[in-house]
Amino acid sequence: MEDFLRQNIVLVSTLAKAIVVPIAIMNVVPFMVLLERRGSAFIQDRRGPERASIFGIRMFGLWHTIADAMKFITKEKVVPAGAHPVFFYMAPALLLIPAIGAFAGVPFAADVTIAGETIPLQVARLDAGILYAFGVASLGVLGIALAGWASNNKFSLLGSLRSASQMLSYEVSMGLTIMGVLLIYQSLRPEVIVQAQAGPIWKWGIFVQPVGAVLFLVVGFAEANRLPFDLPEGDSELVAGYHTEYSGMKFAIFFMSEYMSMVTISAMVTTLFLGGWQIPFVTTERLHGWFGTDVAGQALTALCQVTSFAAKVGSLLWLFVWVRWTQARFRFDQLMKLGWRTMLPLALLNLIVTAAVMLVIWKDDPRFGLGFTG
Amino acid sequence: MTVETRDYLDSRMHISIGPSHPATHGTLRFHLDLDGETIVKCVPEIGYLHRAFEKSAEKGTYTQVIPYTDRLNYCSSMMNNVGYCQAVERLMGLQIPERAVYIRVIISELARIMDHLVCVGTNAVDIGALTNFWYFFRAREDIYELIEALCGARLTTTYTRIGGLAWDAPPGWADRLKAFIEKCPKTIEDVEGLLAKNRVFIDRTKGIGAISKEKAVSYGFTGPCLRATGVKYDVRRDRPYLCYDRFQFEIPTHTAGDTYARFLVRMEEMRQSLRILQQAVKDLPGGPVLCDDPAVALPPKSQVYTNIEAIIRQFKLVIEGVKPRKGEVYDCTEAANGELGFLVVSDGTGKPWRVRVRPPCFCFLAAFPEMVEGQMLADLIATLGSINIIAGELDR
Repeated sequence: MEDFLRQNIVLVSTLAKAIVVPIAIMNVVPFMVLLERRGSAFIQDRRGPERASIFGIRMFGLWHTIADAMKFITKEKVVPAGAHPVFFYMAPALLLIPAIGAFAGVPFAADVTIAGETIPLQVARLDAGILYAFGVASLGVLGIALAGWASNNKFSLLGSLRSASQMLSYEVSMGLTIMGVLLIYQSLRPEVIVQAQAGPIWKWGIFVQPVGAVLFLVVGFAEANRLPFDLPEGDSELVAGYHTEYSGMKFAIFFMSEYMSMVTISAMVTTLFLGGWQIPFVTTERLHGWFGTDVAGQALTALCQVTSFAAKVGSLLWLFVWVRWTQARFRFDQLMKLGWRTMLPLALLNLIVTAAVMLVIWKDDPRFGLGFTG
Repeated sequence: MTVETRDYLDSRMHISIGPSHPATHGTLRFHLDLDGETIVKCVPEIGYLHRAFEKSAEKGTYTQVIPYTDRLNYCSSMMNNVGYCQAVERLMGLQIPERAVYIRVIISELARIMDHLVCVGTNAVDIGALTNFWYFFRAREDIYELIEALCGARLTTTYTRIGGLAWDAPPGWADRLKAFIEKCPKTIEDVEGLLAKNRVFIDRTKGIGAISKEKAVSYGFTGPCLRATGVKYDVRRDRPYLCYDRFQFEIPTHTAGDTYARFLVRMEEMRQSLRILQQAVKDLPGGPVLCDDPAVALPPKSQVYTNIEAIIRQFKLVIEGVKPRKGEVYDCTEAANGELGFLVVSDGTGKPWRVRVRPPCFCFLAAFPEMVEGQMLADLIATLGSINIIAGELDR
């Protein structure tokens, strides 16, 4: 067995990553729900859910999310008359898969070398990891559009129409926004982009591309369908938008996907603009210097970096919660106006300015621009 | 076999908002024709909460109508109690004790604040900003505690009686009220800070559901919705009742007549109500809270147990009720939503011959299609929240 592991360390580690990472993301959801509930209670000056207890242990209200899960599983499955028999079931899955899948390209720690083999701490190391992540993430709209269409409900249909146009419009800006970052780091590989942000904090994308970072964050909110962009749900107008007719576990999957796509968006923002797993001023080499380069030292290094990554993602997730409980919702046409007339020109301008600056000023700078090849 | 004929080029979608919908504030229904998300036609359908208020009022004594009035505008039930009792008292030509007058002013203003808190809070919820709602509900809870101390109930108060009030305020109540008056402006400031200059909120409310001054008057608008169009009409000032003429207060107006103007007017009105409360609690006189007219007021319980005259008086009043002279009267008060009028017709018996209510929000709903047609679905929700339709009052 030990020999097998040693010989097939790449295969085993890839399998392990492919299993552990999606499960980890799924398990962020209950904590995220807890954060949302307690966070909203904190913002709104109330107590929040905290009463559920098991043998007197309350766990800050964590049991509520578990009780929720049990409720979802045991709830009656209602399928409305006239719903499409296949697509109605397919839609939640179509939303869930991209939400998890997009995470595959995101590196969450520096490479680890075990037994002479380099193991990337990243589920899939792809040549165009960024393109993959955005490509997969944009598939989520299919699930929402299909859910609204298959439910045979006008409110759902309106919700999914809103969602389709919203996501398509904002995807354009999203693509253009990251172009600036890609130009500067000269790579489509997330691990290279993260590596380029090593060391001092001002090498982070957010300082190199401040406009791009803000734009991307806003577009990220729109992509995750969160307030102020939660029009597909629009619970005061459209009852519950595209998932009006869904109940039980099917609804739970929509619910989970929303949180998972938030995690994915936060991970992307972290990777592109916040230095990914990098700890400010502490490079991997320095960590190795402290902990050594044997297996234990590498594990400690990876642990520190994963913690850094998780802390950044967690802060962004808190930002999602914070904004949701502070802001009001846009109207549909205002949202489109913002997307096409504000975000898109700004993203284009950002791209042009970045390209011009690189061409003129940073032409010979080895840190940035054309000198750097990934 | 029938052949289905359908105009496939007609892209309108018919959609029914309500009667059970998160934003209808009670059971209310709108039939909408949508072109995309633009409202082409809006037809309100009312009557889902019809409880036969007027017929029920004819079946009991004058006093027995008071609990029904709680259920009119259930966000500010105290004001309905005050309005109804005042109409009957006017019919009877009754003077109520000074302390009762002041407490009626206080509970009216508390109810006005409460109603505006709910209205602005739920309007913000409809626009997607939930946090303001909870800030306001914290303040509303404080008012509910005050009201609970007065009459033991929170929602269905039934606190006034013909000729005064059911009970006096408990000891220390005025101090609790003062503490609330100190505390409340902070809440109003918090929410104003979150909304008044919030770009998204302004975009969602400015120019939305607007109505002109002339239209508003011709539809019979009253209250904050009328004042938001620029007409400075307030029953408290123009036809003073209770002792409103003794207090200093402003009547906030705006000219735009849209959802944002209504929001601003309501926020300012809450501040003015607090001003009135401050003055009222300062001048609050002592004395009885129920007039001593034996034909109207129940005798004190201690006498009922010991005195045969008092037992007879109690019995006659409970079984037969107060008997106003023959005639009719229309009296109105400035309720939270606007002019709340009661037309009481008496045939000289202990039961009202007719009690007609003029609910303020009925007029708003009449103008509603005109206000929303041509705008978007989300605007309908924002407008509906801002004109504060209360189905209990609308359908009676």
